[in-house]
Amino acid sequence: MAYSEKVVDHYEKPRNVGSFGTSKEVAARKDIGVGIVGAPECGDVMQLQIRVSDAGVIEDAKFKCFGCGSAIASSSLATEWIKGKKVDEALTIRNTQIVEELSLPPVKIHCSVLAEDSIRSAIEDWKRKSGKSAESAAAQSTTATAAAH
Amino acid sequence: MHLKQQIYLDNAATTPCDPRVVEAMLPYFTEKFGNAGSRNHRFGWDAEDAIELAREQAASVIGANAKEVIFTSGSTESNNLAIKGAAEMYARAPKGQTGRGHIVTVAHEHKAVIDPVRRLMREGFDATFIAPPADGVITADHVREAMRPDTILVSVMWANNELGTINEVPQIGRLCHEREAIFHTDATQWVGKMPTAVETDCIDLLSWSGHKIYGPKGVGALYVRRRKPRVRLESLVDGGGQERGMRSGTQNVTGIVGFGKACEIGLAEMDKDRAHLQPLRDRLERELTSRLEVCQVNGHPTKRLPNISNISFGFVEGESLMMGVRDIACSSGSACTSASLEPSYVLKSLGIGDDLAHSSLRLSFGRWTTTADVDTAIELIDRAVKHLRSMSPLFDLHKEGVDLSKIVWQSH
Repeated sequence: MAYSEKVVDHYEKPRNVGSFGTSKEVAARKDIGVGIVGAPECGDVMQLQIRVSDAGVIEDAKFKCFGCGSAIASSSLATEWIKGKKVDEALTIRNTQIVEELSLPPVKIHCSVLAEDSIRSAIEDWKRKSGKSAESAAAQSTTATAAAH
Repeated sequence: MHLKQQIYLDNAATTPCDPRVVEAMLPYFTEKFGNAGSRNHRFGWDAEDAIELAREQAASVIGANAKEVIFTSGSTESNNLAIKGAAEMYARAPKGQTGRGHIVTVAHEHKAVIDPVRRLMREGFDATFIAPPADGVITADHVREAMRPDTILVSVMWANNELGTINEVPQIGRLCHEREAIFHTDATQWVGKMPTAVETDCIDLLSWSGHKIYGPKGVGALYVRRRKPRVRLESLVDGGGQERGMRSGTQNVTGIVGFGKACEIGLAEMDKDRAHLQPLRDRLERELTSRLEVCQVNGHPTKRLPNISNISFGFVEGESLMMGVRDIACSSGSACTSASLEPSYVLKSLGIGDDLAHSSLRLSFGRWTTTADVDTAIELIDRAVKHLRSMSPLFDLHKEGVDLSKIVWQSH
């Protein structure tokens, strides 16, 4: 299967790879939201970290991804798209837009779904931590965050 | 670094034709195009002579008599004919009934063995799929435990196509002969590369293929033992009665000529090929495991073919790794491209976790693989694994000392 040029470009020069510190450091920061979605046994794990201003603007975003080239490209693209956006705007990003931008074939649609989920998950985490969410307590149980036993 | 041409390290999938094979085949496309079934003119006789020479060549590489070789379209057909043909012939009850007999095979067999056995299970046969041990090697003891008084057929591959691990075929063959069960082995990865003697190895039915041994695709053979015991098969394809009635249809003369030549060369150059291949495999494995942490060679460390390496690289996903090593043609245990998203059932059957099964590459070497090819592969894989680990959230967790198996993942 041939990858689109854009997927190859993101794979070779991923945008915004990294994190804002170790998992402990990041957990202690109220301005940072973390979303981890997927599972190793499914072959995809995406981690998205966002740093959000008091005004609710995503000032910076970092990703890490264990997954195929399309998964890496989807998460890389997601960081580009959400940086500078207000969280509510970022929540309007749909996986179909990622599919279109990267010309993903049908078998790779799940990669774009994971990217959309990682955005939601990171924002929910930030809302909960920063107390911006009315349902912060409820959100805790639905946040797709990896937690050690 | 982008190479002009990919380095081919997927010889377990298929091999290029040896030029000597192509040369032997050429006259049979144009000048000597006869049907071996034409008994009353030169064209037919030439074709028949060519097929009988190829039958001798094929028999020699497995230590059989030429009369025991049935030409087919390849190992998939040979496996189907062996398994379905023997099961139907030795069934303990007629069609439409249950309890027709028990078949023993292994969970990490090729699909061309597993699926015929599954079909037979729907048709009244019982079957046991042996769960392989962590090193992948099936012994006579595994088979003995799985056998029942009503076992009629045992099918155990000689060498595994994904791992290169070698099963204890002669011992399994002897056990089957003691118990009077028919023993079939899918020897597709073995024959032409490793010494084979069907008589002393106690094999009743053996499948192999042309395109894995530098011959053409679309041609293979099934060895069918003729004495002690004389093995009979129910044919799958009926018609003109070619190949002793076991495989009707005009013979693929050109393909068979090439297959015979490939067998002849495989036998003559076996020692040379092995002496060439094993150092390449060892070099690759030694370099990668010393350069990269959490990097394991799958399958038994020594009971393996000299030409197949299956290596898992923790915390990187196989398909993205393949993308990072685009200049190498190889296979991955990850099935991310398939609809199922399931990693290799062969690796899973060894108890290798899904994460490491997703993170594996199969690299297989051939007659024309060079040391320079392997050195390039080592550099490309090393670089790609490090690039991907720099992006891998799992590698970060590993470095932080988190046990990944203890994490509850929210999978989709």
